[in-house]
Amino acid sequence: MSEDVIKTDAVIVGAGPVGLFAVFELGLVDIKAHVVDILDRPGGQCAELYPEKPIYDIPGLTVVSGQELTDRLMAQIKPFGAEFHFNQRVESLERLDHGFRLTTDGGTKLECKILVIAAGGGSFTPKRPPLPGIEHYEGTSVFYSVRKMENFKDRDVLIVGGGDSALDWTLNLQPVAKSLTLLHRRAEFRAAPASVQKMLDLVESGDISFKLGQVTELHGEGGKLTSVTVKGADRVTFEQPTEVMMPFFGLTMKLGPVADWGLDLQENLIPVDTAKFETSEPRIFAIGDINTYPGKLKLILSGFHEAALMAQAAHKYVYPDKKLIFQYTTSSSSLQKKLGVK
Amino acid sequence: MTAQPANVMARITFIQNDGVERVVEAEPGMTVMEAAVKNSIPGIAAECGGACACATCHVYVEEAWREPTGHPEQMEEDMLDFAFDVRPESRLSCQIKVTDALDGLVVRIPDKQF
Ligand SMILES: Cc1cc2nc3c(=O)[nH]c(=O)nc-3n(C[C@H](O)[C@H](O)[C@H](O)COP(=O)(O)OP(=O)(O)OC[C@H]3O[C@@H](n4cnc5c(N)ncnc54)[C@H](O)[C@@H]3O)c2cc1C
Ligand code: FES
Repeated sequence: MSEDVIKTDAVIVGAGPVGLFAVFELGLVDIKAHVVDILDRPGGQCAELYPEKPIYDIPGLTVVSGQELTDRLMAQIKPFGAEFHFNQRVESLERLDHGFRLTTDGGTKLECKILVIAAGGGSFTPKRPPLPGIEHYEGTSVFYSVRKMENFKDRDVLIVGGGDSALDWTLNLQPVAKSLTLLHRRAEFRAAPASVQKMLDLVESGDISFKLGQVTELHGEGGKLTSVTVKGADRVTFEQPTEVMMPFFGLTMKLGPVADWGLDLQENLIPVDTAKFETSEPRIFAIGDINTYPGKLKLILSGFHEAALMAQAAHKYVYPDKKLIFQYTTSSSSLQKKLGVK
Repeated sequence: MTAQPANVMARITFIQNDGVERVVEAEPGMTVMEAAVKNSIPGIAAECGGACACATCHVYVEEAWREPTGHPEQMEEDMLDFAFDVRPESRLSCQIKVTDALDGLVVRIPDKQF
């Protein structure tokens, strides 16, 4: 954990398409931004849910895939040198005199004058298998990610799933764990072929075991897992002793910590005004899928518009003594200088 | 205009885990997931909107309808890895296209979805 506090003009929560374009609009009015996202890469829903699907309603682009739009946005905002903090979830919000301090689950502390919430459908979080009582084991015996290696050292570890995360952690934890079992519903894996091969080699050499089946029950006490019941491929159930379980069933969107920041919420959305896209609290803006107002459409293009108006309104907080003059990127030499084209 | 109906609707029955049955009408061409969402069938979250990227539209197809609905393609089979309690009759409802032949289709919503 670093004790250093990063100071910046703006923090953008969420690196979805709208958060990314906010970097651009803020950059044009000289507001520097840091962007935080729980995902390991930019793009939000576009990158996570439909990277290869076509989008047809981005003005000026007849068709663009979710990933290509993300790549284009990253190229477009490059001149503004925003700093990205991936794999981190913004947990808490503290009010300061003229701004905020945000802390992420990775321990990063950011101080900013304005806060832009572009959290979309919420933060992408690992799916929790609907197994009765699983919540009692989370953090002690059930883990969705590896934060501390000690949690796995010299313990019997069960990894459930057949995707890249399941395979990567099988390979990474095998040398650390006392024993490692990989459990998957079928003998096919939707993961990088090299990892699959390495995993099969470990099974071959007897360093890990692979079993077919799905977990149906957890057993243990006081947060300590002792075994799980597995329904095997042949529908015959068996007990699998284990101290630790890591389920990998993909990600889902949950509003998450934003709900606890003391902002007005309407059915998990943040109401804003449509001139500034400011929330119930001055200096805090909400743009993109996370906000609501009469007539709101959850479209990328609407989010882009919201980002532009937000940036105009944010300017007065960051530069209280400066008057903002409306300019076009086509003809303004000062904007072109910022974009690095002049 | 002739009296010939342009689009025959297909009826789909959704059975909830508590036994409650809901029959909805679906237009051929739409997906079973879309029919569920349009009729606010609980338990079909369909977070990715049918992109076969979330597995939150998981259903069990009744035995008699397994052949007519066909088998999952590779992408769907892969995505079923992210569903809970997958069975041989499991499908992602966004990948089942409604056709006239599916009039009368019965699917069950799993006890527990993610
Ligand atoms: C299948 C599908 C097809 C679509 N097709 C279209 C289309 O054709 N046209 C169109 O305009 N729109 C389309 N959309 C909608 C479009 O993707 C959304 O409107 C858009 O992604 C919203 O962007 P956003 O930046 O507001 O939020 P998101 O893309 O949801 O990104 C928000 C990001 O914030 C992160 N986050 C949230 N909370 C935190 C936190 N506390 N800490 C750290 N990170 C956090 C999340 O992890 C996420 O990455 C489609 C959506 C789907 C699912
Ligand atoms: S709606 Fe997401 S996989 Fe079917």
